[in-house]
Amino acid sequence: MDLIAVRPEGLYCAPGEFFIDPWRPVDRAVITHAHGDHARSGSARYLAAQPSAHVLRTRLGDVAIETLAYGARLRVRDVTVSLHPAGHVLGSSQVRIEHRGETWVVSGDYKLDDDPTCDAFEPVRCDTFISESTFGLPIYRWHPPGSVIDDVARWWRSNADAGRASVLFCYAFGKAQRVLAGLAAAHALDIGTIVLHGAIEPLNRAYRATGVMLPEGRRVTEVDANALRRALVLAPPSAAASPWLRRFGDLSDGFASGWMQLRGARRRRGVDRGFVLSDHADWAGLNTAIDATGAARVIVTHGQVAIMVRWLTERGLLAQAFETEFDNAGENDVVAADAPDTHGTGAADSAVTPGAGTPPHASGADDA
Amino acid sequence: MEAFARLYAELDATTSTYAKIAALEAHFRVASAGDAAWAAYFLAGGRPRQLVPARVLRDVAVAAAGLPRWLFDECYDAVGDFAETVAHVLPPPTRTSSAGIAEWMVDRVLPLRGLSPDHVGERLRKYFDELDAQGRFLLLKLVGGSFRVGVSRLTVTRALAAVSGVDAKLIAQRLIGYTGIDRRPDAASFQALIASADGNGVVAANPYPFFLAHPLTAPVASLGDPGEWLVEWKWDGVRAQLVRRGAMTCIWSRGEELVTDRFPELARAGAGMTDGTVIDGEIVVMTDSRVAPFAALQTRIGRKLLSPRLLATTPAVLLAYDLLEQNGEDLRDRPQHERRKRLADVVTTVASPALQLSPLVEMPSWNAYAALREESRARGVEGFMLKHRDARYGVGRTKDVGTWWKWKIDPMSVDAVLVYAQRGHGRRASLYSDYTFAVWDAREGERRLTPFAKAYSGLTDAEMRRVDAIVRKTTIEKFGPVRSVTPTQVFELGFEGIQRSPRHKSGIAVRFPRILRWRTDKSIADADSIEALQALLTA
Repeated sequence: MDLIAVRPEGLYCAPGEFFIDPWRPVDRAVITHAHGDHARSGSARYLAAQPSAHVLRTRLGDVAIETLAYGARLRVRDVTVSLHPAGHVLGSSQVRIEHRGETWVVSGDYKLDDDPTCDAFEPVRCDTFISESTFGLPIYRWHPPGSVIDDVARWWRSNADAGRASVLFCYAFGKAQRVLAGLAAAHALDIGTIVLHGAIEPLNRAYRATGVMLPEGRRVTEVDANALRRALVLAPPSAAASPWLRRFGDLSDGFASGWMQLRGARRRRGVDRGFVLSDHADWAGLNTAIDATGAARVIVTHGQVAIMVRWLTERGLLAQAFETEFDNAGENDVVAADAPDTHGTGAADSAVTPGAGTPPHASGADDA
Repeated sequence: MEAFARLYAELDATTSTYAKIAALEAHFRVASAGDAAWAAYFLAGGRPRQLVPARVLRDVAVAAAGLPRWLFDECYDAVGDFAETVAHVLPPPTRTSSAGIAEWMVDRVLPLRGLSPDHVGERLRKYFDELDAQGRFLLLKLVGGSFRVGVSRLTVTRALAAVSGVDAKLIAQRLIGYTGIDRRPDAASFQALIASADGNGVVAANPYPFFLAHPLTAPVASLGDPGEWLVEWKWDGVRAQLVRRGAMTCIWSRGEELVTDRFPELARAGAGMTDGTVIDGEIVVMTDSRVAPFAALQTRIGRKLLSPRLLATTPAVLLAYDLLEQNGEDLRDRPQHERRKRLADVVTTVASPALQLSPLVEMPSWNAYAALREESRARGVEGFMLKHRDARYGVGRTKDVGTWWKWKIDPMSVDAVLVYAQRGHGRRASLYSDYTFAVWDAREGERRLTPFAKAYSGLTDAEMRRVDAIVRKTTIEKFGPVRSVTPTQVFELGFEGIQRSPRHKSGIAVRFPRILRWRTDKSIADADSIEALQALLTA
């Protein structure tokens, strides 16, 4: 029997009577991570990994959240549930479900690359693996994140020397913290002040409350004009072309995302620099992760679904697709980077993002 | 290769002309003459003939990447550019190369021509292994003959002028021959390109850089006294220069292509000019003292062999409108009215039916011009050209020494329905940006949508993203990169000309179709019918 099936509300585990990352309100929701397309409000009870609690509350408000330590086992009706690090963002989990000797794992979103702000991806053996496929094409091959952070630091330094601000667009939850922690580790913080858009600071507080060290950032109103000219400004993509940016005067802008791998996407984004830094697995990462599960059956969700299914089938696996309402980045290809901000549904974003009149297509936060 | 790749990345990353010139200058100052020669060649638009057929290149790349063909094709579909696709899917390099662009071109890239596919594959794999993604991307562009970068020739000209201290106009003129398809740039030719002027500096047989017009967007009355302006019809033909020097006649098109052999009657007329004469004008086909539609001219350009019959039925005429050189003297800094007067004398002296003056249109007021302009379509012209009587002849789209305005008539337009969409290339890769449009057609009974035009431009990036989302949501079928969609969206489509065409299902062909407006206020039932297009045929 299939332990997980797609229902109108989301991925459903019948013998456990719970949903995983449901897109409609349900009685019991197991949450892989706190991005808006996976953690939606309105459900009666939530179960998530312990390190996810603070960020989840920042996003969903005061809801009933039960937490589980990574690796701890919990009996839910007829199944045993445990959560394992997915390496995507702080608190992100793969959900392992065991029922009468059969094991399924739902990946949520994941990456294999180093990230100082969250626990590293843990391969979990299973019979059936439900995998994301955001970057499921061989053209996506990431450079070591350390070298990308070094590029960001070099760009920041040369802008600072030329007396202009460096505005780096990156998703407010996950990417921003990864960049901050990376720059701190690379000893690059002496270049200038770090200025944070209002959407980012609440997440930083949640990270610190969880025990992740992050360098301090300032609000733009707290920094004088001279310091702004040497500043690194982190802002969600929705802040691009907003009045908020005007106070920086002459600036160089960049965008940190896996989508920046492609020249067309870089040019369309219209920024000076694209930094290829993703919180998703690249092609090799997806294949390594899938192999490591030992699963004979793989179910592919959101991303390059049809391609991944065919590729895995040709490699002798039993592969199929699940239609989900997670950000379908594969269908939209690089355009997903321009898609409406389906993640940033948290009150924190909308309250501080200036320019309520910004058209939806101009927002485009993504966690890629 | 690394220095050139770095320059390419810098040029590609910025839209600022200032930053581009700065990057070019920095490169030209430090590059060896040999490397600079190739950089200038490629950046100014030079392109060697394709060295390796696209099919061979593709097979080599797919094999080197170790991917199944279908997966490579999916990658290509997502990237929208062959060279970039290959650069991303190849395994990482194990070696490095310190060779400059000249060494790469002369010792490695050019010798690939004519090799068997196996040998090409063997060599390319070796080369791939020495280059990072950016280097591979460039190598494939160079081998495939599809190198392009976002710098204008004018930008390159300015950078070379700044580095060498030579007048930009002279550099521009030298560049025309420099980037010819069979040229092999080398250190000596680069030094000649930037050498200080001797004599009048004119390169034999080369045309002058064409001076280009700007569209008139302000009200025409803002130009002041119409008596200060020389007004001509704007012809729909091929812009060309007729060059007579050293007892030789050359005809250059605006694409800086030598087209002398396409127009023997013009070459004969040119032979009647004195040495050191250069005329700028528009080549058109004239039958019964009327300018024929552009399609007639296309047959002259397209055919390999010009039969006597074709020459008789499509006689070409150069409608001359400027004199750039007379008796070997460069006239470009003289005022327009003086050049025009001298031109009239030259045309009279030559006295050939193939060389005619583009007549001046003289009206008492802009209102009178505006009224006459309404007749443009019936006259087979695109509107008026307005040239200030004191304008100098500039280079390209410069405005510093004088301006030519093109005052075109509004395009013809219809409201049409989006029925197919295709993914674009370059910055539109993966975005459904190329559209096929249809109008209602009840000629075979039932009212249905018949496609009649494709259009790629006219939407803002933001609009394009919205159309892209609609295309994905309303897809009926996928055919490779093309999708048919449920007709829901209406666009106002503009075009410059319309002709009967038995080759098209709609029975008509339109010239320069483009999107004027997205008619979100209209439903598909409100779109125009084929009768509306047919009515334009006779307009």
